[in-house]
Amino acid sequence: MKKYSQGISRRSFIAGVAGSSLMMGMGSLVAGCSSEQATQAMASGDLSRVFSPTIWFEINGAGEVLINIVRAEMGQHVGTSLAQIIADELGADWSKVSFTHVDTDPKWGVMVTGGSWSVHTSFTALSQAGAAGRTVLIDAAAKLLGVSPESCSAEDGVVTSGEKSLTFAQIISNGDLSRTISEDELAAMPVKSPADRRIIGRDLRNRDVAEKAEGSAVYGLDAALPGMAYAMPLLPPTRYGSTVLSIDESAAKTIDGYIGALRINDPSETVQGCVVVAAETMPAVLKAVKAVSVDWASGPTASVSEADLIAEGVRLAADPTVGTLYVNEGDIAAATTNAADTLAATYTTSTALHFTMEPQNALVEFDAQGRCHIHAGNQWQSLILPVLAQALEMPETDIVIHQYYLGGGYGRRLFGDQMIPAALAARALGRPVKLIFDRATDSRFDCVRSPSVCTLAASFDGDGNLSGIDHAAVAGWPTKSMAPGFLGTGIDGKGQFDGFSISGADHWYSLPSHRVRAINNELAQATFLPGWLRAVGPGWISWGVESFLDEVAAKQGRDPVAMRLALLDGRGKNAGGDGSTVGGATRLAAVLKDVAARADWGREMPPHEGLGVAVGHGQERGMPTWVACVAHVAIDPSSGDISLKKLWQTIDVGTVVNPDGAMAQAEGAALWGVSLALHEGAAFAAGEVSEQNLDRYTPLRMSDVPDLDIKFVDSTAFPSGLGEPPLIPVAPAIGNAVFAATGRRVRDLPIRLA
Amino acid sequence: MVDFMLNGEVVTASSDADTPLLWVLREELTLRGTKFGCGIAQCGACTVHIDGQPMRSCVTPVGSVAGKSVTTIEGLATPVGEALKTAWTQAQVPQCGYCQSGQIMQAAGLLETNPNPSDDQITEAMNGNLCRCMAYPRIKRAIKTAASGEVMS
Repeated sequence: MKKYSQGISRRSFIAGVAGSSLMMGMGSLVAGCSSEQATQAMASGDLSRVFSPTIWFEINGAGEVLINIVRAEMGQHVGTSLAQIIADELGADWSKVSFTHVDTDPKWGVMVTGGSWSVHTSFTALSQAGAAGRTVLIDAAAKLLGVSPESCSAEDGVVTSGEKSLTFAQIISNGDLSRTISEDELAAMPVKSPADRRIIGRDLRNRDVAEKAEGSAVYGLDAALPGMAYAMPLLPPTRYGSTVLSIDESAAKTIDGYIGALRINDPSETVQGCVVVAAETMPAVLKAVKAVSVDWASGPTASVSEADLIAEGVRLAADPTVGTLYVNEGDIAAATTNAADTLAATYTTSTALHFTMEPQNALVEFDAQGRCHIHAGNQWQSLILPVLAQALEMPETDIVIHQYYLGGGYGRRLFGDQMIPAALAARALGRPVKLIFDRATDSRFDCVRSPSVCTLAASFDGDGNLSGIDHAAVAGWPTKSMAPGFLGTGIDGKGQFDGFSISGADHWYSLPSHRVRAINNELAQATFLPGWLRAVGPGWISWGVESFLDEVAAKQGRDPVAMRLALLDGRGKNAGGDGSTVGGATRLAAVLKDVAARADWGREMPPHEGLGVAVGHGQERGMPTWVACVAHVAIDPSSGDISLKKLWQTIDVGTVVNPDGAMAQAEGAALWGVSLALHEGAAFAAGEVSEQNLDRYTPLRMSDVPDLDIKFVDSTAFPSGLGEPPLIPVAPAIGNAVFAATGRRVRDLPIRLA
Repeated sequence: MVDFMLNGEVVTASSDADTPLLWVLREELTLRGTKFGCGIAQCGACTVHIDGQPMRSCVTPVGSVAGKSVTTIEGLATPVGEALKTAWTQAQVPQCGYCQSGQIMQAAGLLETNPNPSDDQITEAMNGNLCRCMAYPRIKRAIKTAASGEVMS
């Protein structure tokens, strides 16, 4: 085997035999590592110093394929989808494919599950890894059979050449399999054409579903260790700046099994003013957490209300000196100066909770070597590990997060801040600690979706044509607090912006002039930890953009569908490019036409009923998922109650890996959109959210579910993402339908007519 | 000490009588298929059967089930229960799955008393069970499939 040139990191595919299994991985060979070292490391499992695999799978002597999944399972059945991509290219027998969701290890590289990224960002690498694995197996089989590799094909776990064939198991037992495939060879790897796919595009049953229907699936809250203490947190009046003055344990000390109340001193300052109450049993800690009384000095935001946060957003949006430009096309100053007519509106969204059904929890144990083991479901292990290292003042490499099923993610578990008090308590007590948040505490500790304000101002020329739209968007920014390295720099150089929060304002409509200013609400930032909530920025930005376009259409006396189609011309920057952007805005126009036809757009509606339309284009311009939505509402004129009768959606996500799984994601995301539009809304009062449990926070129930008619466009385009995009156009479609039914504009989310 | 029947066998719980049944099941008897969601009987994730009736174990003191029969998702082995679990897989209902044992226990209670419910009756019976992933259309479909006897494994 030839040595590669030394000194550069190179992406490679490595195959190595370990015992009776063939181990295969794809990732980066570190500088100076030879391919022999890499195959040996692959076989021994000691990869961290020579090779960082992003994908790693093995085929054992029985021909079974085991795939390691780095992504978190939180309801999207990600393991099944990713395994389908590898198995298809590998030519595997699907019934012999299984996978595990791995614990953290530096060898896995970045571990994050969010942004609807998983299939999109993994598709090429998984396809190439599967194809590389197939090549290794076919080359070995060809030698064993005395035939040419070109005469061989792999399917259902068997390599066949004419009349001759060998199973994967036979090849693994007898073949010459150690191999390194270079980056250039990988790029040239014969990935299947869509017509040849046999596992991608099939409604294969998701591997996690059966155990979830049996009650045997294990979530973070179900983790247990011998000798663990039970603990519950007591949170201060404000997220930041509160300090513990005194703790009164006198009542708690009479409880059998009470251990104590611990002041949590977190050097990372992520969790401030927290007290953890610990006991020997769950019943004891349930009593103790009520019996312990803590006196805090409140932080500076103890009087902040929802109205304060919105008012600050409105004030900032009106101040032209703040914020930084995210979009600046054409000449908005000229469009405004020369405008014959103008239209302006302000849209708000109120605080929204993640409300994962599994409350935050973590079980932490320090082993005999002092390594910290954390048992909890998490979406972005690579984000919280360095924070934990800072909080525990120990090396990140000595902390392991053991992965479990997530009882809901929706962005909440992108941050693992609950692990910090659990870990500090475990170290203080010198024993495993299971920290459980009760529901109200979970809500108070939530990194909520920030209240937001969008102002939009349109200019019209002397002929009544739209000449420009000026947009200011204000919110608390998750990325600023939790991952500031990901902030972008504004095109005017005046500051930074949170791309996850402003995304969606850079839409696919062609406007003569278009300006977007991204503004951080610093009062929000100081009051709470803003979070990424399902659909993130586009989830509230599009409430403003798509509602306002409807207002523009009404002012112009134009049909809202026809007006949108005219703006979706697919020209210039909206023409799209390679990969999932191919076709650009013309694909958005196509789904819009399709959904309008299916909803019989333009028909006469009964009194107090209306249809509304809106579109969405996914989480980011580089990964567009084209969604068009029509909503049908009926309004009770006396009560103002809004009844959502039906939602239509047409979705173009490109290649669909698992159609039934994709439909499930679309149903869930669309209904999340309904819930945020009509049923969910929290309000800060005295520095924290008032709606802390289901008596006051009221997500959508079965009785609120409208008829759903969701269609996917047949496409072989590069796959985009799906967990969030169908949420995006729902609220504005409903708001626009309310206008059609009543003539009344609604500009605040959740929508209330009464 | 509280004695009760759990999934067909007599058990003795040593927790205080005012301890919620949920936590006795999960932490003392280590049956963790029953889930903690809200703690105020508003989400249904903790639903178990007490003498055949779906009840919220998070607000049920263990003392109140003395001498009674408690069934959890792990012990739901009736024909209705088996049909529901199969229908749940067939319809690929669970997403995150956390609420689903409670959903199935609630649905089993419905089908035991009403083997052929209408859509409205299903909604009425299931409306107290929150599914945060919003898998409601599939929950309804799976209940109808189980009721129709058209389950395929």
